[in-house]
Amino acid sequence: MTTTTERAVGQPHRRVEGPDKVTGAARYAAEYQVGDDLAYGWVVQSPVARGTLTAVAVDPLVEADDVLAVLWHGNAPRLGKADDPELAVLQNDRISYRGQAVALVVARTLEAAREAAASLQLAIDAEPHDTVLRADHPDLYTPEKVNPDFPSESSTGDVDAAFAGAAVRVDVTYRTPALHNSPMEPHATTALWAGDDLVLYDSNQHPPGIAATVGALFDLPAARVHVITEHVGGGFGSKGTARPNAVLAAMGAKVTGRPVRLALPRQALFSMVGHRTPTIQQIRLGATADGKLTAVDHQAVGHTSRLFEFAEQTAVSTRHMYEAPAVRTGHRLARLDMPTPRWMRAPGEAPGMLALECAMDELAGSLELDPVELRVRNTGFDSYRKCLGLGADRFGWHDRDPRPRRRREGDWWIGTGVAGATYPAMIQPSSARARRQPDGDVEVSIAAADLGTGARTVLTQIAADALGLPYDRVRVRIGDSTLPQASVAGGSSGTASWGWAVTGACRALRESGGLDEATFDSTALVEKLNQEGKHAFGAHFAEVRVDAVTGEVRVSRLYGMYAAGRILNPRTARSQFIGGMIMGMGMALHEESVLDPAMGTWVTHDFAEYHVPVHADVESIEAEWLDDPDEGLNPMGSKGIGEIGIVGSPAAILNAIHHATGIRVRDLPARLDKLLPSL
Amino acid sequence: MKTFTYRTATSLDEGLEPGATFLAGGTNLVDLMKLGVATPDVLVDVTKLPLDEVSDRPDGGLRIGAGVRNSDLAVHPRVRQDYPVLSQALLAGASGQLRNMATTAGNLLQRTRCRYFMDATMPCNKHEPGSGCPAQEGDHRNLAILGGSPSCIATHPSDMAVALTALDAVVQTDRRSLALGDLYVLPGSTPEQETVLSHGELITSVDLPDPRGKSAYRKVRDRASYAFAVGSVAAVLRVDDGTVADVRLAFGAVAPKPWRAYRAEEALRGRPATRSSFLEAADAELAAATPLRDNAYKITLIRNLVASVLEGLA
Ligand SMILES: Cc1cc2nc3c(=O)[nH]c(=O)nc-3n(C[C@H](O)[C@H](O)[C@H](O)COP(=O)(O)OP(=O)(O)OC[C@H]3O[C@@H](n4cnc5c(N)ncnc54)[C@H](O)[C@@H]3O)c2cc1C
Repeated sequence: MTTTTERAVGQPHRRVEGPDKVTGAARYAAEYQVGDDLAYGWVVQSPVARGTLTAVAVDPLVEADDVLAVLWHGNAPRLGKADDPELAVLQNDRISYRGQAVALVVARTLEAAREAAASLQLAIDAEPHDTVLRADHPDLYTPEKVNPDFPSESSTGDVDAAFAGAAVRVDVTYRTPALHNSPMEPHATTALWAGDDLVLYDSNQHPPGIAATVGALFDLPAARVHVITEHVGGGFGSKGTARPNAVLAAMGAKVTGRPVRLALPRQALFSMVGHRTPTIQQIRLGATADGKLTAVDHQAVGHTSRLFEFAEQTAVSTRHMYEAPAVRTGHRLARLDMPTPRWMRAPGEAPGMLALECAMDELAGSLELDPVELRVRNTGFDSYRKCLGLGADRFGWHDRDPRPRRRREGDWWIGTGVAGATYPAMIQPSSARARRQPDGDVEVSIAAADLGTGARTVLTQIAADALGLPYDRVRVRIGDSTLPQASVAGGSSGTASWGWAVTGACRALRESGGLDEATFDSTALVEKLNQEGKHAFGAHFAEVRVDAVTGEVRVSRLYGMYAAGRILNPRTARSQFIGGMIMGMGMALHEESVLDPAMGTWVTHDFAEYHVPVHADVESIEAEWLDDPDEGLNPMGSKGIGEIGIVGSPAAILNAIHHATGIRVRDLPARLDKLLPSL
Repeated sequence: MKTFTYRTATSLDEGLEPGATFLAGGTNLVDLMKLGVATPDVLVDVTKLPLDEVSDRPDGGLRIGAGVRNSDLAVHPRVRQDYPVLSQALLAGASGQLRNMATTAGNLLQRTRCRYFMDATMPCNKHEPGSGCPAQEGDHRNLAILGGSPSCIATHPSDMAVALTALDAVVQTDRRSLALGDLYVLPGSTPEQETVLSHGELITSVDLPDPRGKSAYRKVRDRASYAFAVGSVAAVLRVDDGTVADVRLAFGAVAPKPWRAYRAEEALRGRPATRSSFLEAADAELAAATPLRDNAYKITLIRNLVASVLEGLA
């Protein structure tokens, strides 16, 4: 151990598991070889949105070759109580949405399972369904809390009076469609029973959480469920808690006495594992003639399911983003015959800031004030102001003619737009262990999950510095629920939470006076921490061009400037930032789960139809950041960076479209058919 | 997935047993089998047949083997030089990997991307005649404004076929020659029937007449690459002295087949090659459009494209 070791934190280390991934050596949940009697599960999904399943003709199939079991509520094992009713699979006859799992086929081969599932006869009493979200839906109600635990409503000052008396007013409604996370690796589980213990190779964002949840369903303590999650091909929130695949695989394995593999097909990711609710958001802004906000009102409508309540916190970031004497926010929900919405990258902030930041642009237009300046005048956050100012310089904002529909090159209308970004700096309790190896290297263990973000790599850097060891003398083990307990890879809290525990364990080992092992649990410290009012900020800038002949939109440049704590690894951080920005581009221009109200479901369920940006859509993209360590927050001085890139970037693009063409699209995505009639 | 058997075709005229289907690159057929939309009992692989040549024809035209891969055809020197509309259309389609597999005949016979057709759990008159067409009331933003019927408004998704339509291509089968325009049939009340080919009839080549003017293809889609068209125009134009001497126009993603715009061509021949005649010609064709709630934008789109593409060629 020497004091001259170069600090690992801040270095652009490549992902530790990168070579394994590009050579195919990395194993994902559906790839583990688990004995020679592996069986395959296939989920039968409801063809109706609402009704009861009265019977399933099981017998003819079970007699068929290779089919081992056909499970439905009439014969499936009873499960323990589920906190998440979506996990009470095959427990009763109610059908709450189209695509809900209503039966499971387990067979010796995948092909046999699929074929049996396709030919299974279901007797269903269908009922009329309601799947359309409307701002005047008669059943709208105000939930008690919105995700994760915010009051549904907030109010300071007299918004109505302030708005009525404002010199300049904006009153607009923005709509965002249902969106699906659909990570590259579909949800998958390989389950086997070792005696009474359950082993799950599962793709998720929280191995200890899956162990506890699935354990409870099978009346097992979490310690008797071993969840292995070595690599995850993305989740974007949809793997934050257990999904039906884990429960069904465990059930199938229990009934057949064989290991069972259940990999959801891509299509099932568009019904069974969550989505972002569509939103209808009314924003009212009042300001003085010199651009000081006097009233902010943000009312968001979303949906939840019949099964349980998930309330997206759409308007919550509006509570702190700008200073105004009167601010009111509220959320209302309709229970629809639809799947339950869930976390999707920046739940709340992504759709909410779209509406707020577009409305701010509309206000800037009415005030004839530069939209960067309008934001600067109304924020109390210094780091946000810096992101706006420095970002504007770096992007080359200032020579812009503020008037819309002025710049034309050939058939292209060209414009630029700006929008702010914010994301809470969250930290959750975790624990870690550091263990000295015979050769002097140190192994650090924590039950975290790396979704492809570089978490394993960054934890290695953090550990190396805390130990005072060179980077290559440290090995980090994650992705296993039996390791010291870690919080979820969600809410951009992973690195801050796990890094704290890792730092603690490594420091304890270093200061232990020669012990071989040390552990650290951050719970007490995290509980004492005041996380209130801690945010990362950013500013997004976009240049777009819109084809006057066709209405096609292209994003020529997308730029983000962030103040997001200490950046621990510039390489992996950049990919989080620009990944978020590209997803924001998808939200602005491409992504939409198209609902067919009569069929009661979305009709987009693969990547040929549900569009996300492709390489050709991303022409020039850049992310930069301020040196902004927050030493009071955690030992690394870091904040989360996984979600802020999708916050505000869609608004920057929409605002740029308006600047280019003079057209306000208030109904996402901004596709050519919405622009063409007014070009 | 339904069990099937596989064999390789060894001669051009062996036909197909009942329940069998030809397999070429498989990029469409195999997808549909995985979705349970296509359920053949036997796949007969035609990619080993000697159909992968592009050759000059005595009349100055070109013969394109049915098995020529889309990527090879797109970069063929004669195609690039004499039929740029075809090269452009091919390169605007799918992705590099798919074009490496996709064949000429397979591309012509690819099925619609209508979201109801692509989902075996949905009613669809193509899956099951009489089960209905939910697209009429439901999702039809990218479905037909021309040539549809109350039974079906599916659009033909191919880019290549639109270019070939504008080039007056002729399809050769093991039994006959067909103008490409006569290969496809409109849905009427029998949308399950998409072409005039009989069971087991093998496409052997596509023939192009000698090149007859400047040509171009313009495709519009919802993202920059790797997406099916929401509207496209293929044009072949010859202008003499500022007057349209000859023109061939075809539209993509607006009809159940690549749409040859005969009315527009008629309206243009002998007229000045100006933007206003181009727009009038487009209007003459699009007057017959019967848009639904969410696809009327295609009328504006095609109108603008016709003018823009022809202006570029004039
Ligand atoms: C994700 C994705 C994106 C795509 N994007 C585009 C796009 O943007 N533009 C576009 O134009 N296309 C696109 N395609 C479609 C692609 O072009 C077609 O799948 C391809 O051309 C089909 O050719 P194939 O040889 O693979 O046909 P196959 O799938 O093998 O066969 C298709 C049909 O043709 C029949 N057939 C094949 N050969 C013969 C023959 N010689 N005689 C008689 N019948 C025959 C088969 O029986 C089958 O019915 C896309 C496809 C995918 C999967």
